[in-house]
Amino acid sequence: MAALIKATNITKVYHKTSVPVHAINNLSVEIAEGEFTAIVGPSGCGKTTLLNILGGLDQPTSGTVMIDGVDISRMKDSDLIDFRLHNIGFVFQAYNLIPVLTALENIEFIMLLQKRSRKERVARAKELLEQMNIADKADHRPGELSGGQQQRVAVARALASNPRFILADEPTANLDSVSTENLLDLMARINREQKATFIFSTHDQRVMDKARRLIRLVDGAIVSDDVRS
Amino acid sequence: MYLTLAYRNIWRNRRRTLITILSITFAVLLACIMRSMQLGSYDKMIENSVRFHTGYIQIHKKGYWDDKVIDNSMPMDTSVIQSMTRVPGVDAYVPRLESFALASHGTQTKGAMVMGIDPEREHQLTLLKDKVVEGRYLTSGDEGVMIGQGLAEYLKIGVGDTLVLLGQGYHGASAAGLYPVQGILRFPLPQQNDQLVYLSLPTAQWLYGADNMVTTVALLIDDPDHTEKIVRDIRSQIDMEEYEVMDWKELVPELVQNIELDNVSGRIMLWVLYLVIGFGMFGTYLMMTAERIYEFGVMIAVGMRRFRLQGLVFLEILMMSVMGVLAGICLSLPVLIYFNKNPIRFPEEVGEMVETFGMEPVYAFSLDPVIFTNQAYAIFFMAIILSGYPIWKIQRMKVVESMRL
Ligand SMILES: Nc1ncnc2c1ncn2[C@@H]1O[C@H](COP(=O)(O)OP(=O)(O)OP(=O)(O)O)[C@@H](O)[C@H]1O
Ligand SMILES: [Mg+2]
Repeated sequence: MAALIKATNITKVYHKTSVPVHAINNLSVEIAEGEFTAIVGPSGCGKTTLLNILGGLDQPTSGTVMIDGVDISRMKDSDLIDFRLHNIGFVFQAYNLIPVLTALENIEFIMLLQKRSRKERVARAKELLEQMNIADKADHRPGELSGGQQQRVAVARALASNPRFILADEPTANLDSVSTENLLDLMARINREQKATFIFSTHDQRVMDKARRLIRLVDGAIVSDDVRS
Repeated sequence: MYLTLAYRNIWRNRRRTLITILSITFAVLLACIMRSMQLGSYDKMIENSVRFHTGYIQIHKKGYWDDKVIDNSMPMDTSVIQSMTRVPGVDAYVPRLESFALASHGTQTKGAMVMGIDPEREHQLTLLKDKVVEGRYLTSGDEGVMIGQGLAEYLKIGVGDTLVLLGQGYHGASAAGLYPVQGILRFPLPQQNDQLVYLSLPTAQWLYGADNMVTTVALLIDDPDHTEKIVRDIRSQIDMEEYEVMDWKELVPELVQNIELDNVSGRIMLWVLYLVIGFGMFGTYLMMTAERIYEFGVMIAVGMRRFRLQGLVFLEILMMSVMGVLAGICLSLPVLIYFNKNPIRFPEEVGEMVETFGMEPVYAFSLDPVIFTNQAYAIFFMAIILSGYPIWKIQRMKVVESMRL
């Protein structure tokens, strides 16, 4: 089976200081459909940089990233935005949501960008809120939600566009242990039931324990890559 | 949904948005009042000099305007008159024989502008009858005179007294006559009030020995805005070798110049006002961009094209401008309508000073729609120019960098 994501010899060098920083160092990795993969490693090892490159938010200094056979590492900015809209779901560490829109509207918004009909948008958004166990918060704005609830809305939004995979950079970094457990269980269930592919980074041992594949980075290179049953 | 989003976004910072909108409102209000007063005073000036005096269009014998002597008068040619009055937009013609004379009474003597008029036609054009403050208005065969109040006071002459007119008539004949004062007229402009003497046309023609001659035919037209077209039409109708056709701008060039000059200073004041407001608007745009860079980053990251995001921010800017402009116009309208119906009169002392500048001591307010649309254009123009900043910022921003916490 062809890989969903195939990154080959990617390097990311920052020249901000006098000494160049190799945030990603000649890294190759393949991700298949349906994976539930954690990228872990010490702070500054390049997790965020890697996820940004895999998600087309940042371009590698060298190397290529293919998604479904499409090379996104040299794509034009506007094409890349459209590509992300239709193929990749994003969950960030915090402040994922548009503060003036309700939970439901935030989820709708991504489908609005996809030009889907209002009826379809509302139905899908409600269904997703249901799945994330926050249907009762549909009309709340992000400011009125707890951190855990906000992240669940963010996951719902990431799923709403029917992406090929979802990238989550430390989605639980700002959450307490109960919310962390809760969010990960929801993600794992959706991964199992809907075959949605998740790639997330974390520092948290309990989060790592939920992953089925664990990629460990040190200094921008993979030092271990374990698949667990 | 974009509209909802934009609307909610502008109220995220209620106070700042209110200040921005109110500053626009204030600018529009102030600008409307200022312009309304200015344009109103121009209208008044034009009305006094043109509508109530020269008329919007005049026809003379060619060369009369450069050398305003009685020898440059022309016979009343009915065929020419007819071809002029047939031009669409021309409602009536008003013949005049204008010249100068020395007016004296007792020991006082003063130069005067003598106007021989057809009293009924003259009234149609200039509403002259309404200027009579004492005595009575002329009739077509009358052999008396009406004179300006200022002149009457100078000459110490009143209704029933006899005025002596002395001047030069057609082809060097001498012109002299005694005329009973029949009416006193009050004009708002001093140069009229202190100089004008009206006779009936036949009496004036007799005085100057210019039988059936006139110096001027003024035209009453349906709408001042049609002046140019009517002038063009008349020029094509009559022999331009023999006659000259002039519109009011040529008839009172000093007035046009004064208005233009004053208008420039008014515009400069507006520019300064808008510059100040513009800085305020820009500050708001600057802030609302800076504090939302992270959010913009997320939006672009999840798949919002930059131009859509730019459109959203532009919509927000436009909404604030529209609210400010509408509020400004809505607030200024009742004020302007009130003062349009009830013009402000200067107090006596100030009024006299203003009169010496050749102006009527009244603040008239114009309700010309241009006053409002121009302020709206100015605000929208600035909003569009200044929205260039957030648009540029969004175009240039890097998603990854904007989202670094
Ligand atoms: N814009 C940048 N300019 C310069 N150096 C950068 C930039 N972004 C990241 N780096 C460097 O690249 C390296 C990898 O950073 P990255 O943010 O990917 O680490 P991380 O694994 O996500 O760390 P954390 O666990 O703290 O989030 C670090 O050494 C960091 O200092
Ligand atoms: Mg990171």
